[in-house]
Amino acid sequence: MEPILKGRNLVKRYGKVTALDHCDFDLMPGEILAVIGDNGAGKSTLIKAVSGAVKPDEGEVFLEGKKVNFHSPIDARNEGIETVYQTLAMSPALSIADNMFMGREIRKPGFRGKILRQLDRATMEKMARDKLTELGLMTIQNINQAVETLSGGQRQGVAVARAAAFGSKVIILDEPTAALGVKESRKVLELIQGLKSRGIPIILISHNMPHVFELADRIHVHRLGKRLCVIDPKDYTMSDAVAFMTGAKEAPEAA
Amino acid sequence: MSNTQNFETSDSGGANQVAEFEQNNSLVARIQHALHETPSLVPMVVLFASIAIFGMLLGGKFFSPFALTLILQQVAIVGIVGAAQSLVILTAGIDLSVGAIMVLSSVIMGQFTFRYGMPVELAVLCGLAIGSGVGFINGWLIAYIKLPPFIVTLGMWQIALATNFLYSANETIRAQDIAKNAPLLHFFGEKIKIGGAIFTFGVIFMVVLVLFLAYVLRQTAWGRHVYAVGDDPEAAELSGVNVKRTLISVYMLAGLICAFAGWAMIGRIGSVSPTSGQLANIESITAVVIGGISLFGGRGSIVGSLFGALIVGVFTLGLRLLGADAQWTFLLIGALIIAAVAVDQWIRKVSV
Repeated sequence: MEPILKGRNLVKRYGKVTALDHCDFDLMPGEILAVIGDNGAGKSTLIKAVSGAVKPDEGEVFLEGKKVNFHSPIDARNEGIETVYQTLAMSPALSIADNMFMGREIRKPGFRGKILRQLDRATMEKMARDKLTELGLMTIQNINQAVETLSGGQRQGVAVARAAAFGSKVIILDEPTAALGVKESRKVLELIQGLKSRGIPIILISHNMPHVFELADRIHVHRLGKRLCVIDPKDYTMSDAVAFMTGAKEAPEAA
Repeated sequence: MSNTQNFETSDSGGANQVAEFEQNNSLVARIQHALHETPSLVPMVVLFASIAIFGMLLGGKFFSPFALTLILQQVAIVGIVGAAQSLVILTAGIDLSVGAIMVLSSVIMGQFTFRYGMPVELAVLCGLAIGSGVGFINGWLIAYIKLPPFIVTLGMWQIALATNFLYSANETIRAQDIAKNAPLLHFFGEKIKIGGAIFTFGVIFMVVLVLFLAYVLRQTAWGRHVYAVGDDPEAAELSGVNVKRTLISVYMLAGLICAFAGWAMIGRIGSVSPTSGQLANIESITAVVIGGISLFGGRGSIVGSLFGALIVGVFTLGLRLLGADAQWTFLLIGALIIAAVAVDQWIRKVSV
């Protein structure tokens, strides 16, 4: 099967530091691929390289088999790759609807949209509400509520909903549960499973081994700037995974 | 999955409404919420309360169409410059060069007409273009060279003001000459009388400008981007907002509005004087802050800054009519500034 998103021989250097050292990467259609690695292993650089936030010095990225050259996350976004950043990238003082459509607002048809540049708030609010309902987040009553009045889990939910609303091909989730409590994490994990059941492939970056082992179909173990191995969570334990990523244990050969 | 410890099962007994909203319905919370949604409520209440109080103390002397529209005329320049300042402060910046841009533009309009014999329409266009140009330089330095707005506009304040003095050779163009040869420069000083009420074109321009900007900020993508950039520029960039272009456009528009203020100032004071408008910086920032726009960016409405300018105008005229020492005005305005920022801090605490 052809990977939907593929990186080959990716290299990224920051001065004398090599963050990515001839690294490969494969995301298969419909799967949840977890990316784990110790701090400084280069996993966030890898994700940035495939999502356009960083331009690799060498190597190639393919989306659905076609070579792509992203210059910014916006390029990647236009190709259907959505990223939910750890910081969420939302404007706290603006409303849920404003945030979901930030940078891709919908204008009213005809004179009011073309000449007066008026936004079509009703349509945007309806789409935002529909998306949140679809993802089971419609305990949020007021779509015009400022994001800063939401709890951490709700904010994460809105960010994921934004990605799901526009991410037609790949969704990247960077540490989606890192800032959340136990219950809120559970909600977000359910949300991610809900996304998967829709057939959207997901890249999950996380330090939380229980969450990784619960969600992932495959686990990409990153170490010293490259892919050490890809393991099936059913065949290994969490301690094995941690041992691989810290180098305490030899990696299995079949990567 | 089989080796996952089921540590979360112990949570299943607990309440399970994480993603739901608890509505805190206490009065204080509701006030805080209302202010969060409409930050210009406070200045509006203060404005109407102060009009009512001065009206009661002074009666018809204050509560007349003449006196009330006089306030509008007195705040017109600050109101217009305050609109420019609001845009900049919404992006979490500050523009200390507004007053200097205003004076420079008015001097250009006057000198181009009288020194070079340019048609007055063209001279006005040149003034407006130079105001926008100075704003563009501010915006470019802030967006691309990443200099702090405070520093850039502090420098530009000195540069524009010095240019103004050097170029004009400290020379004032007299009102009679303008009235005779270039009445267009007095355009914003023209009056419409309705009963005792007097509206200058400058006042009408101020109100129309604020309403126009309120529409743009609320109803267009550009307006939403201005707020997003002020709120969190990194988040805005990642969401697909062109932060640099937004910043430059804001400072340019602010420069253009200041040039209009310079034109309106000729109408207000009659002459073109390179020493006029020296307090516009501080007065515009005062109007914006009292108007409930957060100095930290991303919060507040431009209508609030108009209310802020009007509050200052009401206090100034009201206290003068009461025969109080002018220092009382400054004292009260000072207290209002601090109170306004305290309210802003409180409003921003709604985040859970």
